[in-house]
Amino acid sequence: MKPTRLATLRATTIRALGAVALVTAAAMPALAQQAAPASGADTLGAIRARGALICGVNTGLAGFAQPNSQGAWQGFDVDYCRAVAVAIFNDPTKVRYVPLTAQNRFTALQSGEVDMAARNTTVTLSRDTSLGFDFPAINFYDGQGFMVKASLGVKSAKELNGATICVQPGTTTEQNLTDWARANSIQFTPVVIERVEEVVGAYAAGRCDAYTTDVSGLAATRSAQPNPADHVILPEVISKEPLGPFVRQGDPRFADIVRWTHNALLTAEELNITTANVDQAVAGDARPEAQRLLGKNGGLGQMLGLDNAWAANIVKKIGNYGEIFERNLAPIGIQRGPNAQWTNGGLQFSPPFR
Amino acid sequence: MSDTAADPRLLRAPPKRGLRLSWADERFRAIIWQVLIVGVVAGVIWWLVGNTRHNLEVRRIATGFGFLTREAGLPIAESLVPYTPASTYARALLVGVLNTLKVAVIGVVLATVLGTLIGIARLSKNWLLSRIAATYIEVIRDLPLLLQLLFWYTLMQTLPGPRQAMHPVEGVFLSNRGLRLPWIQWEDAHSFALLGMVVGIIAAVVYGRSARAKQMQDGQPRKIWPAAVGLIVGLPLVIWAAWGAPFQGDIPALRGFNFQGGMSISPEYFALLAGLVTYTAGFIAEIVRAGIQAVPGGQWEASEALGLQRGKIMRLVVLPQALRVIIPPMTSQYLNLTKNSSLAVAIGYQDIVSIANTTLNQTGQAIEGIAIIMGVYLTISLSISLFMNWYNSRIALVER
Repeated sequence: MKPTRLATLRATTIRALGAVALVTAAAMPALAQQAAPASGADTLGAIRARGALICGVNTGLAGFAQPNSQGAWQGFDVDYCRAVAVAIFNDPTKVRYVPLTAQNRFTALQSGEVDMAARNTTVTLSRDTSLGFDFPAINFYDGQGFMVKASLGVKSAKELNGATICVQPGTTTEQNLTDWARANSIQFTPVVIERVEEVVGAYAAGRCDAYTTDVSGLAATRSAQPNPADHVILPEVISKEPLGPFVRQGDPRFADIVRWTHNALLTAEELNITTANVDQAVAGDARPEAQRLLGKNGGLGQMLGLDNAWAANIVKKIGNYGEIFERNLAPIGIQRGPNAQWTNGGLQFSPPFR
Repeated sequence: MSDTAADPRLLRAPPKRGLRLSWADERFRAIIWQVLIVGVVAGVIWWLVGNTRHNLEVRRIATGFGFLTREAGLPIAESLVPYTPASTYARALLVGVLNTLKVAVIGVVLATVLGTLIGIARLSKNWLLSRIAATYIEVIRDLPLLLQLLFWYTLMQTLPGPRQAMHPVEGVFLSNRGLRLPWIQWEDAHSFALLGMVVGIIAAVVYGRSARAKQMQDGQPRKIWPAAVGLIVGLPLVIWAAWGAPFQGDIPALRGFNFQGGMSISPEYFALLAGLVTYTAGFIAEIVRAGIQAVPGGQWEASEALGLQRGKIMRLVVLPQALRVIIPPMTSQYLNLTKNSSLAVAIGYQDIVSIANTTLNQTGQAIEGIAIIMGVYLTISLSISLFMNWYNSRIALVER
């Protein structure tokens, strides 16, 4: 009797399981569709609800993003985070900074850990498309170079055949380096370390003959060395590296805010509106574009889903592009160069505020 | 059967218990619960997969393994197989897997040797030796491995530069670029000699077994080592000589920025290997000590009463019993060492995690990249487990 009963029980169980599995399977597609977020994700709404912008920055690069002695983040990229926070909240402190390495910056933004990243990142086609990002602005035109110890006596990157070169993984730098070495038939040994502090440490300790990254990064690293004069940045620039803040693809509204925050910084500089004179400008600047920029006219802020005084607030609390540059990058020896206003022969060019 | 039939109460067949679709039916409840749990698990998986796919699609993030055949363009410092930046991502990942195996296999062997020595030293009657071993174990086990790796790597970086390299013996250079050793120019003869050595080892094992089988029959111990030496050392030498005994040294020399020629051990590899070996050896030492102490003292005394020498007691009586205690936890240590090798990322040794991380960063395909890393570690770990389980069952107590 017993075995039969067990067999029946087993058969029944299997049948019942099968039936339920079928029903579940049939019901699931509907459920899955429902649970996935709608394609037009509302980043701005999420930031407002949270009360803070979560901004990905470098783990520590002098001039771009570095905590000061009080632990407050400061730098060129950090000021972009603060500017977006001012545009949304009129409060530069409403930012939560997430330090990101070259390796984890993309997954952090893809997965929604951060709202945007301002982390000296090069705009490339594949990052814009297959990684699923948008690069609304280019806030720094850069190129890749090499730094060596002065004691080595190297005068040109072409002399680096046989050298050991320190590089961060997961960067365009890494790929440019191999492209350039192949093109110039230069043999080198790579030392690939993820964290910028450690790769710089390895270079400083003499593990590598040369360190390669964007020239701005080299200048920042050089300025942070105990004796900057011991290090030489070689004259060759082997690539173009347009750096900019980036956001997730699929939320054009938030991308617009980041884009026009950058443009507002540029236009303010172009119109000579600074932190010092912005109040006067709001009160009495008669130029039509200044009036539109500062929200006296045109309602441009509302078109972005922001307060009309957003740009005036940014200039008042952060400054214009030139002020940000002077404050953060001039002290480490970076010239305006290609990042000058187009009126001064540079590449920084804002579309009109209209 | 007959006496149960005699009882009239049992003559009636038990009531046929069909499955009632009622909450009161115990079996019905059991089935419902099982179905519910299976349904929930399947549903969660379904939802996760669907959600991921949907989100990837919405954000237009590329999916699939098509990137494996694209040109990688990654610089890789050390590789066991030919690799250039023009190779594919698949090739780069293979280099990573081999680099992981290179550190794991050698690490496991060295950690076992070092750990066993320290474990035995801890049991030594020599007070100083056993105290030193105990201190080593306590210090090493209590410090985080990552810290130890960074310590070793920093230590390597404090070495002088290549132009001031330490030069203890002709052809040996120690600098912050690693250790350079003289090596030979590899030719066919060397490959054949190596092959001859493998054949010799197999032949020696076969010979040893047959000698042992004969000993089991007539009780006469036979000397194995002369034949074994002849097979393992003599055979390759003969082959090498037959091919004309080529020997051309490859002596490293400083040219330009770095040493060229010879064999090199990079600071990254050395730091990782040293860190993993010294750390794991601390644990293995304790396992070995526990295994030896688990064999009752009576076994020693009984063997001595039989007139066996100390070496033979250790080899024939104590060790086989100790191994039964040692092997299972040892397997865990081997698995730990292999998985801990992924900390290589921190010190710039390009293992599978480092290369897969870079790959997923360049291609943006994080899910595929992580899946590859998981697949690789799962395969390596399961292989270690299978081998160790096989070995464990081989040495297990055979009860008669």
